[in-house]
Amino acid sequence: MSAVPRYLLSVYGPAERTEFGTYPSQEAMLQAFADTGAFNVRLQRDGHFVFADGLEPATTATTVDGQGAKPAFTDGPCLETKEYLGGFWVIEAADLDVALALAAEGSKACHGTVEVRPFRTEESVRALLEP
Amino acid sequence: MTAPTVDQAITRVHHEEWARVVAGLARRFGDLDVAEEATAEAFVAAAERWPREGVPPNPGGWLATTATRKAIDRLRRESQRDAIHQAARIVYDDTPPEPTGPVEDDRLRLVFTCCHPALAMEARLALTLRLLGGLTVPEIARAFLVQETTMARRITRAKAKIKAAHIPYRVPSADDIRERLAGVLAVVYLVFNEGYLASEGDDPVRVDLTDEAIRLGRLLRTLLPDDGEVAGLLALMLLTDARRPARVSRTGELVTLDEQDRGAWDRTLIAEGNALVRERIEAVAAGGDPPGRYQLQAAINAVHTDAPSARGTDWSTIVALYGRMVLLDPSPIVRLNRAVAVAEVDGPGVGLAEIDRLAEVLDGYHAFHAARADLLRRLGRGGESRAAYDRAIGLAGNPAERLYLTRRRDQLAG
Repeated sequence: MSAVPRYLLSVYGPAERTEFGTYPSQEAMLQAFADTGAFNVRLQRDGHFVFADGLEPATTATTVDGQGAKPAFTDGPCLETKEYLGGFWVIEAADLDVALALAAEGSKACHGTVEVRPFRTEESVRALLEP
Repeated sequence: MTAPTVDQAITRVHHEEWARVVAGLARRFGDLDVAEEATAEAFVAAAERWPREGVPPNPGGWLATTATRKAIDRLRRESQRDAIHQAARIVYDDTPPEPTGPVEDDRLRLVFTCCHPALAMEARLALTLRLLGGLTVPEIARAFLVQETTMARRITRAKAKIKAAHIPYRVPSADDIRERLAGVLAVVYLVFNEGYLASEGDDPVRVDLTDEAIRLGRLLRTLLPDDGEVAGLLALMLLTDARRPARVSRTGELVTLDEQDRGAWDRTLIAEGNALVRERIEAVAAGGDPPGRYQLQAAINAVHTDAPSARGTDWSTIVALYGRMVLLDPSPIVRLNRAVAVAEVDGPGVGLAEIDRLAEVLDGYHAFHAARADLLRRLGRGGESRAAYDRAIGLAGNPAERLYLTRRRDQLAG
């Protein structure tokens, strides 16, 4: 009946990056890239893949507030934290167990912890509109 | 013998049927909220009608039918606001309840959903007690000494996460079931322990929680009769609970195993627990899986309940069983328990040496200091013993335990 649930898998990493990104060495970085690439192929093959990519460091972010008369631009990320979003996947999975199992694989591949968060569904948005 | 009153009948049916009705509705309507509320409404209807009309011949069937009707009524009311959407939900899963083997039992799905590892432990406890145990929100709030509104919010939030994150209503696959089941057993054992040695509050033992944990243990045993750890946990709880009548003195003081009146132990529970332990020993001997932590703990408790006295206890077997537990779970608390048993076999000096190796990790744990205090006392080291009792008293959360420790301290000479 309803569409397959979608999940955002976010990977957070330290604010400070070295020449190897968030990895301790070039070998580690290359290995993580290769493993992540293989994981993405598997996501595509099994029909889970919606989108995935890595982000430039948080220091390259610009925060925009367009609610006023004129948009305000601020250099840097929205929130100052110790860890920043470094990359993410958007996947489709039948349920949370499937999503968690995929996140565990993704975590191993990219050498980072992964936060799994469901997207809103048509149903949950409707429930929001009609309390 | 008199016939049970209607109230007794309702209580019994509540214990026997609540989880089944909730679980069946949850599968049929795909919504825990609807299932929980409709089931509660059906029990309210029973409490109103049965005293007047008599208890129906098939109370479980009556409740399931009534609850289903209540759920459909509720969905219809909602569907007037949103016809297409709710119609879709009503046909979510319309297959009749399956009267088949244990794996198909809806209650088992409910167990795994309530104890899902993506939920915080306190949410798992609350959901399990509400949806499987049928305790009311005020009862659960009282059991965990939190405000009703806090507990209600905790349960609502957990149900909302189950729905939004699509936590499945399903028995895990064969690959995952062992680990997931261990999580379920941990929830049940936590409920039991919170009841058996309440860490907070004024009641030393909270029978509502121990009884509920045993009921959940029996339910799991019905659903998974061949699982060794399920049998082990039930046996462990039965053998522990059997000693409850001797565990707190008339003056409200905790009575330790060595001072308990063994005549007051519940022999029926012991017999049931022992039968389960024997069943597991035979299954392991016949080539089954080696025993896990609950089976080993049950076996340790069976040694205690079989002993005529503390002195007459087969401590060597207990040390050996703890040795096997250390291999499975080398946690400091398991090692502390082993050291206490070692003291009975090899003397308090040897036991104390083992315990002292755990000082760094267990310094904030009252039982560590209580065990040290006892061994120091037996070694005639009164001053150190007194200091250890002081630490234990300061850390103990249970009033009966504090009374016991205080008396032992005050009995020290000098």
